Amino acid sequence: MTKPLKSLLLGSAALALTLSLGTAAMAQMTLNRGNLDDPESLDPHRTSTLAEANLMRDLFSGLVALDAGAKVIPDAAERWAVSEDGLTYTFTLRADGKWSDGTPVTADDFVYSWRRVVTPDTAAEYAFMLAPVVNAEAITAGKMAPDTLGIVALDAHTVQVTLNAPTPYFLQMLTHQSTYPVQRANVEALGNAFTKPGNLVSNGAYVLADFVPNDHITLAKNARFYAADTVAIDTVNYYPTADAAAAVKRFEAGELDINRDFPTEQTEDLSAKLGDQLRVGATLGTYYYGFKTDKAPWSNPKLRQAISMLIDRDFLAEKVWQDTMLPAYSFVPPGIAGYDAAALDYAEMSPLDREDAAVAILTELGYGPQNPLPMELRFNTSDNNTNTAVAVQEMLAPFGVQVSLVNADTKSHYAHLEAKGDFDIARAAWFADYSDPENFLSLCKSGTGNNYTQYSSPEYDGLLEQAAAETDPAVRMTLLGQAEAVGVARDLCVVPLMFYSYHNLVSDRVLGWQDNVMDVHPSRFLSLQ
Amino acid sequence: MLRYSLRRLATALPTLLAVITLSFFMMRIAPGGPFDQERALDPVIRANMEAAYHLDLPLWHQYLIYLGNLLRGDLGPSFTMPEFTVAELFAAGLPVSVQLGGWALVLALLIGGGLGIAAALRQNGWIDVAVVAVATAGSTIPTFVVAPVFQLVFGLSLMWLPVGGWQDGAARNMVGPVVCLMLPQLAVVARLMRGSMIEALRAHHIRTARAMGLSGWSVVGRHALRSAMLPVVSYAGPAAAALLTGSVVVETIFSVPGVGRYFVDAALNRDYTVVMGAVVVVAVFTIVFNLIVDLLYAIIDPRVRYA
Amino acid sequence: MHDHISAHSQSLWSKAWTRLKRNRAAMASLTYLVLMVLACSFGPMLAPNSYSELFQSYTRVPASLSAYPRAEQIGPAIEATAARARLDLTGWQLQGDTVVIEVSARRAIDPRAVQYFDRSDLFADTRLQATDDTHATLTAQIERHWFFFGTDATGRDLFARTLIAGRVSLAIGVLAGLVAAVIGVFYGAIAGFAGGRTDQIMMRVVDVLYSLPFIFFVIMLVVFFGRNFLLMFVAVGAVLWLDMARIVRGQTLSLRRQEFVEAAEALGVSPFAILTRHIIPNLLGPVIVFLTLLVPNVIILESFLSYLGFGVQEPMSSWGILIAQGARAMPSANWMLAFPALFLISTLFALNFLGDGLRDALDPKDH
Repeated sequence: MTKPLKSLLLGSAALALTLSLGTAAMAQMTLNRGNLDDPESLDPHRTSTLAEANLMRDLFSGLVALDAGAKVIPDAAERWAVSEDGLTYTFTLRADGKWSDGTPVTADDFVYSWRRVVTPDTAAEYAFMLAPVVNAEAITAGKMAPDTLGIVALDAHTVQVTLNAPTPYFLQMLTHQSTYPVQRANVEALGNAFTKPGNLVSNGAYVLADFVPNDHITLAKNARFYAADTVAIDTVNYYPTADAAAAVKRFEAGELDINRDFPTEQTEDLSAKLGDQLRVGATLGTYYYGFKTDKAPWSNPKLRQAISMLIDRDFLAEKVWQDTMLPAYSFVPPGIAGYDAAALDYAEMSPLDREDAAVAILTELGYGPQNPLPMELRFNTSDNNTNTAVAVQEMLAPFGVQVSLVNADTKSHYAHLEAKGDFDIARAAWFADYSDPENFLSLCKSGTGNNYTQYSSPEYDGLLEQAAAETDPAVRMTLLGQAEAVGVARDLCVVPLMFYSYHNLVSDRVLGWQDNVMDVHPSRFLSLQ
Repeated sequence: MLRYSLRRLATALPTLLAVITLSFFMMRIAPGGPFDQERALDPVIRANMEAAYHLDLPLWHQYLIYLGNLLRGDLGPSFTMPEFTVAELFAAGLPVSVQLGGWALVLALLIGGGLGIAAALRQNGWIDVAVVAVATAGSTIPTFVVAPVFQLVFGLSLMWLPVGGWQDGAARNMVGPVVCLMLPQLAVVARLMRGSMIEALRAHHIRTARAMGLSGWSVVGRHALRSAMLPVVSYAGPAAAALLTGSVVVETIFSVPGVGRYFVDAALNRDYTVVMGAVVVVAVFTIVFNLIVDLLYAIIDPRVRYA
Repeated sequence: MHDHISAHSQSLWSKAWTRLKRNRAAMASLTYLVLMVLACSFGPMLAPNSYSELFQSYTRVPASLSAYPRAEQIGPAIEATAARARLDLTGWQLQGDTVVIEVSARRAIDPRAVQYFDRSDLFADTRLQATDDTHATLTAQIERHWFFFGTDATGRDLFARTLIAGRVSLAIGVLAGLVAAVIGVFYGAIAGFAGGRTDQIMMRVVDVLYSLPFIFFVIMLVVFFGRNFLLMFVAVGAVLWLDMARIVRGQTLSLRRQEFVEAAEALGVSPFAILTRHIIPNLLGPVIVFLTLLVPNVIILESFLSYLGFGVQEPMSSWGILIAQGARAMPSANWMLAFPALFLISTLFALNFLGDGLRDALDPKDH
């Protein structure tokens, strides 16, 4: 072989090598996310679950969005202005906003979409997300026409929204997927089938490529997304992971890069094995028990307090839930900017003092080991709910509170609560839809659907109404704090037990992941090593 | 035979109707509905949703609507996944379950049958003892224990197989589910085969044939096997109907998209239409496989006549 | 006639018993099952701990034949308890079964602090001796606890729980099995004996129930009867009679053609008497064999329902519930799976071998 030929060959080999290395570096980046359940719907206006929220944030862009750290950022709207009285919001859409079929995203799309959300025929579960908008509630109730909704397109790129009352958390609400736009032509042409792969037109960072129920959902990068050049991951596969224990094994085997859950009973073991790939932290959710407050003897707040004092929340959080929960002494979890939760009086008391105080109350009311107090505890079936209930049963037993346990499947349990069925104390939970105390505190308002405990206090309702009418954010937060002090700390309309934490498995390969209280992690901010 | 089959299928129609009616009302009388959940729905929104599914009509009216749609082959949309019809969900999932269940059944019959015969021929020998022990173990260890252990061993420790997933039916992904579905069936088949084979070998004409010097294998193959297969065939019919319609445990643990989990999840979610779809599918499978068993009986044992 | 039958059946039973006695595997299984029943019936009373007591200091401790606490657990427990009592630990030492703990505090030491130690599962009989306002010496006895099978997530003794769970599982198996047997025998015998149109209609009902997806049916039963587990299993038993009814009907059809039944009919014995005196006693053999196979099936079914989350109400338990919890905890805390699984599987093994033995013993074709 002559020298030149040899060097030519070597050179071309080197070139081929660099080329192949280059393509490897630019190779398709695929992220595999374990996502709890399949979505029930891919129509943003009909979605409700956490699993769906994850998908919607990848597929659609609302007026505003949450960034990797869960802060509100402009998305389809590039800026907005709020009127002096806090009632009018004027959003300016970005000029380069496009749907995945290439047509521009216009103000009309938002007007159409929001009317669609509140229309009774849509039967949108989260229609209440637009409740602050003028006439929204009346339209959902079928009393007014959809076109009376307080949203107008001033021009192709300007949307004006009018609210009933100043709503400081309105922008927070707009990060919820039920306020995202759908494309009018798409929906009107295809009806219910518009969400099928190949049909769905979206304006987010990704488009829907494939959906096989119980198997996977594949999203592909949307080249027409306004910030497409900042999106690193080309393909996102979402897998339903109903069995958390199996999902952990798939994560360990490298089949999943992210999973949104792991069995709490394995926490210790997993953190030893996986190190900081295990992400646990506070999120905006409360695990609580509620007494049926309109039924004797539970109508007596003193008795409710005594029993609440006897529940050792530290043991529940640390041992039963293996530190994947935090002990709760208020209903509103920490982590909401500007709000100081009103804690139960005995949060800081030593366990012995707490017990003495509880026994004093029970004795005064005539209960004790000699005169036991029966209490039926209802909960929906799951290992951790059962363990919690069993632990509470044993904690109360020495003091003459005889707890009997009744568990049922989730549907039966909540059907029973919603139908105002009989119980003494029952388990429930609440996760924030948006980061505001009002989202929690409205659960104790007289006559609302989620008020399973039937708590009713004019004083509490009055404080909430006062807060709703208040324009000064700081004063409003103070009023909400006073409401919590009355309804929760004094009256125990609910008995907060623990704050939820997110528990994620995030592979070392995943870059750009930021833990946050909303547990929001859009794929567009992530990349892979 | 064709006329017999058609007549049998025709007489199965009232059975099917009775099954559907029973399930429909049982499901509806059960407490809780598809829209009960952790977060209570606003009454107005709830009413809107119920109206969209005709849930506001009296029960008998809903029943008639359901029957009418069913006659037109319309199983309705799912309650929990309203963008899919029940037919679409089953069209996607049933082939998966049928593939997994079919392999499991065939392997269980072949391996289990073989083990059973081997054990019967060497009754009380070590093969027999081993087969009985393995068969009993297979039918006593719950699948929800076998499946995670299988994942730990073959998926995580040895890394021979994926832990879970379907990957459009890649062979590697099918091994785990098929093995876990097969084991309990294999055990039953082996036990049945062993028992009936021992009995068949004791039968008069077999002993005579053996005494007359016919070689062991031809006797076993030609005569004993024929009658020994009958109990296995009558077991395999209902077992096939159950296997091919999926298993909630195996499908959930291995994350494969079959229909087995609809039987449990849909019932728990009160997804009325999917539950009814599952009921119809199982009933049809049961009826068809019972017919196949009867036909096979007649083929294997000429003494049986179509009645 | 009547005497003849009972004498005949007596000799049948005694012959069967003789044959069963010769079957070593079956006899070993029978002995094992008797021991298991005794252990589950009386074991929970003899176990060192109650099945429902929570040992908060011992959640998820491994199985061990030696007593807890282990030497290395004492130090951390003292630290944790002192912190809870808001005392500063200055030192401690172990003298035999007694620990001597030196503590101090910024404020005056509350004498109730001893309660924190007494309440911990490790210490008992704690005494406080104040050296001055802010310093004290605590002496406490080490409490010994035995957890032969380890503890579960809430710190309950799995030894006691496995035994009490066996009580529930066995009771459910036998109860549902018997309900199925009684319904199946009567239904099948009546259908087979009556014959004709009655038979056809009765078997059609069986066909319908057979075509229902079994899991769905059971889940509906759970939803209806969920609050009462025993009632639910009566209901499950009421579903499982279908096979039994088919077998019994077939047997009855062939018995009907036997001479002694035809003779009794010719003598004008009432159908009910024929059924109860002649048909049903002669069915007992196959029924008992089927029952020994049905009981393990019910126990497996119960464990499946427990896996799906429809077990008995806590603090009661069953093997299925314990195994389901153990399977979820795997691969950590393997003792939570191993012991209940061992009990369940060995019991099912024994039931299977006994069933095989009984079939061989009762099978008239055997001789």
